[in-house]
Amino acid sequence: MQFDQLLQYTLSGLSTGAIYALIGIGFSIIYNATGIINFAQGEFVMLGGMLTLFFLETLKLPLWAAIPCAVAASTAAGMLFERLAIRPLRRPTPINLVIITIGGSILIRGLAMLLWGKDTHSIPSFSGDDPIAVGGATILPQHLWIMGITLLIVAANKFYFYHTISGKAMRACSYNRRAAGLVGIDVRRMVLFSFIISSAMGSVAGIIVAPLTMTAYDVGVMLGLKGFCAAIIGGMSSGGATVVGGLLLGVLESLGAGLISSGYKDAIAFIVLLLILFVRPQGLFGKAQSERV
Amino acid sequence: MHRDLLKFMLFAAMILAAPLAFQGGYLMNVLVFVGINTMLAIGLNLLLGYCGQISLGHAGFFGLGAYLSGVLSTTYGWNPWQAMPLAAVVVGSLAFLIGFPILKLKGHYLAMATLGMGIIMYIVFNETIDLTGGPSGLSGIPNLSIGSLDFDSDVSSYYLIWSFTLATILLTLNLANSRVGRALRAVHDSEVAARVMGVNARLLKVQIFALSAVISSLAGSLYAHTMTFISPASFGFNFSIELLTMVVIGGLGSIYGSFLGAALLTLLPEFLRAAQDYDIIIYGGLLMLMVMFMPGGLVRGVPDLFRRLLKKGGDRHA
Repeated sequence: MQFDQLLQYTLSGLSTGAIYALIGIGFSIIYNATGIINFAQGEFVMLGGMLTLFFLETLKLPLWAAIPCAVAASTAAGMLFERLAIRPLRRPTPINLVIITIGGSILIRGLAMLLWGKDTHSIPSFSGDDPIAVGGATILPQHLWIMGITLLIVAANKFYFYHTISGKAMRACSYNRRAAGLVGIDVRRMVLFSFIISSAMGSVAGIIVAPLTMTAYDVGVMLGLKGFCAAIIGGMSSGGATVVGGLLLGVLESLGAGLISSGYKDAIAFIVLLLILFVRPQGLFGKAQSERV
Repeated sequence: MHRDLLKFMLFAAMILAAPLAFQGGYLMNVLVFVGINTMLAIGLNLLLGYCGQISLGHAGFFGLGAYLSGVLSTTYGWNPWQAMPLAAVVVGSLAFLIGFPILKLKGHYLAMATLGMGIIMYIVFNETIDLTGGPSGLSGIPNLSIGSLDFDSDVSSYYLIWSFTLATILLTLNLANSRVGRALRAVHDSEVAARVMGVNARLLKVQIFALSAVISSLAGSLYAHTMTFISPASFGFNFSIELLTMVVIGGLGSIYGSFLGAALLTLLPEFLRAAQDYDIIIYGGLLMLMVMFMPGGLVRGVPDLFRRLLKKGGDRHA
């Protein structure tokens, strides 16, 4: 086993991991604000990639314009989803919420399939495909874009949650929704906000990864589940812990695929997930919470 | 109790008479699947509806039963009647062992863990190519037979599958009305309270998990021996979701609800086939609408709807 090879796997693992982290944070934001696990989260990742393609090829926009348009359109889809599917629920039991988000994800996937067909597509890299040498390994410019944008989003997130009124209100909702309502926070609006932020983040993840992995109407399922794993490893935090969880997952997966077998690549994420859940269900870094009845 | 038995007899008579009405043909084949899916839905309902524990990985147990039975009887030349119970025992023991760590989890964490478990099993079906044939599947699985009676026609498989399904229904109805059933509902309502009353909640949950895995495994074996061909695609994440949907749409904690849910979700794609690519949209949309407007499932929602309609009608006449 050469060091160069190890470095190569680790570097490419880190960039996939960054994607998982972004998706995972999206999960956590909605979960913390509403207690909902949004199984449709992966579909916004898919929408990001597919809509970019749509703006690029059908509407002939340049890449720098297509990306914001795609993010805006996916975010609008996220808002619509919250308004039409989540808000009208009269007696939302957790199991019904699981089913309704799953129904929503099937619906969105179906619409994407009808609109854009079943083929896989690629979108161009943001700044060329010339490999950059790092030690004995090489990375693509797109990898740097992924890392940079992830970092930026995580930092923006941190700023929003800790230094703006609406971010603080959202955190209040995650501690105690009723109490947040009592002090005058519009909880329903915060729920809508959480869907907006997380669908925007999901679509960005889908856009920045699409030049590397191609995109199709059904890429959302696996990406969504991996993001979910990242969030669980991070103990459903919407910050650093989930980022570490995502990166860890990406690197383990990439090393596993390279060193053990690429066929079992997807299994690795879920084995890690099960181990974490069995041993430390509060996440890798979380403190154990005493449970109330 | 008498009423329950009467209801069951009526249901069984209806099921047994159905082939007379349809005279064989394509629909019989679909009704065979309704039978298999009813079994699966009841297995999951036992866990979800009665015990309150979610599983998003039951397609894995279904697949494991199908593959164990299929590989033993095809590659190793076992009699299917021997392969089937062995598969059930293996799957049941496996579920029992996994059950202890996995059922310690609650809510969304349990959903996620069972989902991971199902996906790992699906990947194993795909990757152990020497044994399972991988993504291209396993073919040439023998049909079940008794003496000279080979269960290879639509009508004979219909009766084979439905005798197993009816037996499962009878078993679960009995279980639900027994001490165990009451303990289960107690665990569902409040695990702590159930414990205080002397119910060994942890063991009970694991036992029901194992029982529901055994039912799924049997359904899997029946599926393999009826279809004579299996491939991993039938046992993926999507099918776990479909099972969950059957249980919820039918109505949690209702055995006949599971039948309704299974029947609806099995028949629906057949009717939607005319809609071609739109079927997935209709399917997803319907799922959402059902949860929005009939959160209690068909068994509670439909009578509710009638009651409301009657009331409205009554108001108008008054």
